Amino acid sequence: MTEPTEGLVAAKSSESERRTLDPTTMAELREIVARYPQPRSGLLPMLHLVQSAEGRITPEGIEACAEVLGITAAEVSGVATFYTMYKRRPVGDYHVGVCTNTLCAVMGGDAIFERLKEHLDVGNDETAPRRDGDEATVSLEHIECNAACDYAPVMTVNWEFMDNQTPDSATQLVDDLRAGNEVHSTRGPKLCTWREAERVLAGFNDGLADQGPSAGPASLVGRNIAHERGWTAPEAEQKPADKPVLETPPADKPAAEKPAATKKAGGKQGGTR
Amino acid sequence: MTDMLTPVLTDNWGADRSWTLEAYEARGGYQALTKALAMAQDDIITAVKDSGLRGRGGAGFPTGMKWGFIPQDNPNPKYLVVNADESEPGTCKDIPLMMASPHTLLEGVIISSFAIRAHHAFIYVRGEVLHVIRRLQHAVQEAYLAGHLGKNIHGTGYDLDVVIHAGAGAYICGEETALLDSLEGRRGQPRLRPPFPAVAGLYASPTVINNVESIASVPSIIANGPEWFSGMGTERSKGYGIFSLSGHVTNPGQFEAPLGITLRELIDLAGGMRHGNRLKFWTPGGSSTGILTDEHLDVPLDFEGVAAAGSMLGTRALQLFDETTCVVRATLRWTEFYKHESCGKCTPCREGTWWLVQVLSRLEKGEGSEADLDQLLDQCDNILGRSFCALADGAVGPIESSIRFFRDEYLAHLSGGGCPFDPAASTLFAPAGAHA
Repeated sequence: MTEPTEGLVAAKSSESERRTLDPTTMAELREIVARYPQPRSGLLPMLHLVQSAEGRITPEGIEACAEVLGITAAEVSGVATFYTMYKRRPVGDYHVGVCTNTLCAVMGGDAIFERLKEHLDVGNDETAPRRDGDEATVSLEHIECNAACDYAPVMTVNWEFMDNQTPDSATQLVDDLRAGNEVHSTRGPKLCTWREAERVLAGFNDGLADQGPSAGPASLVGRNIAHERGWTAPEAEQKPADKPVLETPPADKPAAEKPAATKKAGGKQGGTR
Repeated sequence: MTDMLTPVLTDNWGADRSWTLEAYEARGGYQALTKALAMAQDDIITAVKDSGLRGRGGAGFPTGMKWGFIPQDNPNPKYLVVNADESEPGTCKDIPLMMASPHTLLEGVIISSFAIRAHHAFIYVRGEVLHVIRRLQHAVQEAYLAGHLGKNIHGTGYDLDVVIHAGAGAYICGEETALLDSLEGRRGQPRLRPPFPAVAGLYASPTVINNVESIASVPSIIANGPEWFSGMGTERSKGYGIFSLSGHVTNPGQFEAPLGITLRELIDLAGGMRHGNRLKFWTPGGSSTGILTDEHLDVPLDFEGVAAAGSMLGTRALQLFDETTCVVRATLRWTEFYKHESCGKCTPCREGTWWLVQVLSRLEKGEGSEADLDQLLDQCDNILGRSFCALADGAVGPIESSIRFFRDEYLAHLSGGGCPFDPAASTLFAPAGAHA
């Protein structure tokens, strides 16, 4: 609970020789604000951008947000200290999360977390020291349910999913990350650094949306059974009144002029059976 | 007779590049939007009301009725906020939906915003799902370029802007008023109601907040009609929903079915319990819904059926635990979660969840006495229903229900001087036949 003070300290030291964020970051903070009807709504993405630029929430970053929003540094600190994704100490290039909420813990998350703590010789929310020859650093945190329970035990690296892990796969994973080997998310792209990830969370897309699959295997279990057995939602009754609407898309919208005018959104005639 | 599984939202998840506008439109995507934009706005609200769609975020409030509460004579702007802060332990349906088919959600957002006369919509998605956020950002970009978003949508004169807003790690922000405070750039702490968000929500303006799956269901209702939707499900729990099976089942995953399917049917579809083990306990809709046992395999999984069994349908997050699992360990871990995630605003929750962890930890270690069980229940009684939001009520659920069904197992910890279970036996990598 000392963090709010950190912001206040920064406010006081600002009179002397406070470092400011670079002009590009300041401009991007203002760009975030412009997305919202009211400026303060930008604060969470702004703090993500601060983490991307600074590697953590720094007093200077807090000052910058306060200045852009016209609120006090204490108000910004109060927000930054509330949310677990905002870090006041640097994390590794790869921030590794192990879900230890009940289901993942039972399925092996506890064993994975214990193994990694031992393997990396760190406690919760700590960064393992860089060893000779390491290309990158790794930090470790136990996380709460990350909405991937059908892939338990679940890990994350820089908030990308690493599904169905074991203690052995987890140690291999962190070894690969430290060695600089290329690692891909099980349901996403090649892993980027934590600072790059924070930039996406600030709303600056990195163009990697097209990488990775549509869905992992567990997401498709029920859908595949239905497709195999020919199970579908019921056919909608064709109402004559529907047709003219569907057949007259606006002329300037070519994308809407698909020939499949009788198809229903989510109806039976799925194109990929 | 409706089929046992009815893939609507999940139907395109395996399609090639399903997240792109091209793939979505190739399957008829955005035709419901075209249809909706030609309808009177009140008729869209009526259609959603008539469909019987109830909120898919856990509470089950009728979606169309929520929309109808927006005071259209209020001079302030109207807002739509999508609750994509999926964090309830066990719940894992919205994240794969947004990853595989963000345009399904986006089409629903546009139709819903049009219906309630909103020109700004926000998708508040938890920050810990980077690739989902990428896909959402990309989908919004595509929709703007295609004229589905922005000014003069489809030439109708209707304007809408959508912002993808990443959270920063706080379970409480899934609570709708805490979400609003968070979206306003504050600590995510729940607000006292009334006023409800429909009257004074985001920026004290009329606001509809709906779960991802609720909004994503809207295009299918508009395309196929409310009768089509209400033709599925049970008398008061209409339509289809995504059921998420996780834990000690052979093939965990997502199963989209009419409300009212049973766990027995779902486990059968998922290949049975792993290694042929016995189901010991399960949550019907996340950790905040009290646990049930193998006596409840035939309970219809709809709002009324699960309530009659003494729990809640919640988010249909079915976490299944076999006989290798210690129910005291499971309960303690959930309780530690609630303690960690309590926002600290209300004393019964902030202090109460702390005390629950203290007492449960002792019990789990085999310390304390049988009187501590009554102490625990007494604490639950002092916590339930005494805070601004339902977080602490959720904390009470697993404790009360686990003591109700497994009191003997708590006592075994005391008589045996600790936990009688081997945690290694319950892991995914345990060999078949491993037992406590």
